[in-house]
Amino acid sequence: MTIATGLWDDRPVPLIELDGVSHAYGERAVLRDLTLRLEEHRIGVVGGNGSGKSTLARLLNGLVLPTAGRVRIDGLDTAHEGHQVRRRVGFVFTDPDAQIVMPTVGEDVAFGLRRLPRAEADRRSREWLERFGLADLCDHPAHLLSGGQKQLLALASVLVTEPDLLVMDEPTTLLDLANARHVAHLVAELPQQVVMVTHQLHLLDGFDRVLVVDDGRIVHDGPPADSLAHYEALVG
Amino acid sequence: MRFLYRPGSSPLHRCPAGAKLLLLVAAGVGLVLLRDPLPASAALLAAVLLYPVASFGPRVLWQQARPVLPVLVVVGVLHGLSASWPGAYVTVVGLLALVLLAALVTLTTRTTALVDVVVRVLRPLRIVGVDPERVGLLLALGVRSVPVVLDLAAEVREAQHARGLAASPRAFAVPLVVRSMRHADALGEALAARGVDD
Repeated sequence: MTIATGLWDDRPVPLIELDGVSHAYGERAVLRDLTLRLEEHRIGVVGGNGSGKSTLARLLNGLVLPTAGRVRIDGLDTAHEGHQVRRRVGFVFTDPDAQIVMPTVGEDVAFGLRRLPRAEADRRSREWLERFGLADLCDHPAHLLSGGQKQLLALASVLVTEPDLLVMDEPTTLLDLANARHVAHLVAELPQQVVMVTHQLHLLDGFDRVLVVDDGRIVHDGPPADSLAHYEALVG
Repeated sequence: MRFLYRPGSSPLHRCPAGAKLLLLVAAGVGLVLLRDPLPASAALLAAVLLYPVASFGPRVLWQQARPVLPVLVVVGVLHGLSASWPGAYVTVVGLLALVLLAALVTLTTRTTALVDVVVRVLRPLRIVGVDPERVGLLLALGVRSVPVVLDLAAEVREAQHARGLAASPRAFAVPLVVRSMRHADALGEALAARGVDD
């Protein structure tokens, strides 16, 4: 996948800072003393199952708070300014079924705009539904969509709020090849900063930076080719 | 799918959600107060006739009625044996009319429109600590969760058959409850990610 870099030029990129961040679920440490500064447009995260990469993604919009250290997005601390962070950071989950919260397609997209006047919310929802080819399905029950359409809906429902940073946790894992390509293509054209956790390494072609996570630590950090070679060597 | 909005432009689709809910409540109160076969029969006839008005055919009508019929049969027989058969008729016909009318309201009204009405109605209760938006969200999530849980049940049933455990209620109930709770957790996380508690 080639990234259309020209679309990114004017968009300011939030600065993501992790300072001595650790996280544990009870006794089990999943992230250990991470210090990072991320300011690229496209950042990939790879690692084995249970390596801590999904927890790392969840730290970025305050869904998970560090048990030690600090996470800041453009200076906003996720532990103390979570609501401001979530207004700027959108999150796309692996399973779109768990992310779709309203019964119909149009209602789900409009859900993120519930604080806006109805007319404005409708206008923006329509715009994003059209952009993602879902306009004809506006009144369609969301649970009857195909897997690919559901992930498009989940993506549209997040992007309608116009976040500055989009965090995606394995967004194409449950999709077939054609739908995975379609979602990847749409993501490639977004002006936002994107942090994508994935097992599908080809999605990271053209990314600026790829982190390799293993046992709660960043074991490699660099351009995609170097990082992916390191990751493949790591898994043997 | 039962009880979910189906887009259309019929007079019932265009009728305001508040008016439909008010009429539904009035029908419920009326059927409870007027314990007589005539109004119960009239309510059922009206409910059945309203489906074509909303551009729905007999198939949609049957889809709404079918799931409650076994329950109504049990209720009717128990009522007939313990009280009277005319009373059983009034109860069963009245309940069926209300189910069909309630289904018609949800079939012709967007969930967000129903939620808006509930939020408006509950707004005065804010002074005693009720959060109307939160109640409205719960209502919407309830509607959204019905097909999700039905899908989970179908998947669990399939897995049960594949493993030759079709006759075991425990092999059905335990994974269904576990998966439903896991879904609830994931949904909670998604709501937090979308700023619901902010």
